[in-house]
Amino acid sequence: MFLLKKVKYKHILDIQHLSIRENKITCIVGESGSGKTILLRLLNKLISCDSGEIYYKEQELSSIYSIDLRRKIVMLPQQAAIFPGNIRDNLLIGLKFAEQPIVHDSELQHTLKMVHLKNKLDDPSETLSGGEKQRLALGRIILMKPEVFLLDEPSSALDDETERIIIEQLVAYTKENQKSLIMVTHSRNIAQTYADDIIEIHNGTIAHFQEVSDERYH
Amino acid sequence: MKGIIELQIWQMIAAYVFVVVLLLVVRLKGIRREKEIFIATIRMTLQLILTGYVLVFLFENPSPVLTILFLLVMEVFAVFNIFKRVKLELSTKLKQIIALSMVIGTISCLLYFLLVVVRISPWYDPQYFIPIAGMLIGNSMTGISLGVTRLVDGMQTQKDLVEGALMLGATPKMASKRIVDNAFDSAILPSINSMVGMGIVFLPGMMTGQILSGVSPVTAIEYQIAIMLGIVGSVALTVIIFVHLGYKTFFNEQCQLITDQD
Repeated sequence: MFLLKKVKYKHILDIQHLSIRENKITCIVGESGSGKTILLRLLNKLISCDSGEIYYKEQELSSIYSIDLRRKIVMLPQQAAIFPGNIRDNLLIGLKFAEQPIVHDSELQHTLKMVHLKNKLDDPSETLSGGEKQRLALGRIILMKPEVFLLDEPSSALDDETERIIIEQLVAYTKENQKSLIMVTHSRNIAQTYADDIIEIHNGTIAHFQEVSDERYH
Repeated sequence: MKGIIELQIWQMIAAYVFVVVLLLVVRLKGIRREKEIFIATIRMTLQLILTGYVLVFLFENPSPVLTILFLLVMEVFAVFNIFKRVKLELSTKLKQIIALSMVIGTISCLLYFLLVVVRISPWYDPQYFIPIAGMLIGNSMTGISLGVTRLVDGMQTQKDLVEGALMLGATPKMASKRIVDNAFDSAILPSINSMVGMGIVFLPGMMTGQILSGVSPVTAIEYQIAIMLGIVGSVALTVIIFVHLGYKTFFNEQCQLITDQD
């Protein structure tokens, strides 16, 4: 699905070859500052590489209109962006930005349940804790039904138990709906448990690529 | 109506008593501002004397070239004043847009005001052209300075929200809408507030001047109403051109936010 060839970004990232498979759960691991977030930002075309090529479904990223691409390949940053307004506004804003039709409250409530938020849709969003904001932002992008989810440490502000539930839900959702999930995580445990593929980045280069799912089956 | 009393030189000197009092007060209170007050008074005096003679010259030799030249000088001073007033780093492209917005916004309103509202003849009559141009340009300058500050500051402090919106597939226009609206709002607010207080809280300078020079207060308020509307129009047009072109300078052609280190 994604193919990276000789991709360089400043002095941060230098990837000779990397292929990310469709309809799979891919985890990106590596110490902080190794370039994991930069990789996600490149795939979301929030930034462009200085040299090399990135392909999405055989099409070079530079030839795809950025806005269309980001509506299909949605990114969740580590620090969730919470916009002024209540929880409903924050859930719907992704659909509004992507110019998709607005959905009914019942679907919003279903999504809240999925990300384990017990708040009401009319509750203010500024008063949520860090972890709750992160889950709200996650719910927002689930509503957008993108082809690819790019998640930057989606569970960094969550306790272990919530983390497990959320990731499990997300993985199940991805599999059921034939989506692709690319997730930066600090947790080796999560990567080993849920990933089909694990990409380990060290100092901006691919240190290790592991196809966990195939090993599981063999 | 009687004409205005001409001030004799000794009457002028008597007016400087106010500054002398101010100087005495700051000296007694130990506030170290004597130098600034002194310089400001001298500058004010010299600049006004100079402008007075330039205006006398222009009025006695009305010519389209001189009028346009004076207009351009005002525009250039106003644009550089905006750069100075905004205490934030401005990109070259943003500076160009500030200049463009000022020129288009103020000149189109000025021409409409002079030719359609006041109907002056000849069109370059410096007695009308120059003071009215000064008022429109001055107020637009204040408005756009506020707008620029809000826009640049908003783009810096709310960078994460702008990028957060882009990640979700927002166009640069959607991603910066809130900041752009806010910049426009803060730029036109002073003009709206001054309309609200006008005539009650304060008597505007132009009207006071006309009344002092012996013009009927009714004529003076007619002019004041017209110029106030002209000012609001000019500020609004200048700022709207600025924000609608200005926000684009923060994004590249790939709809990516341009960061400082680039």
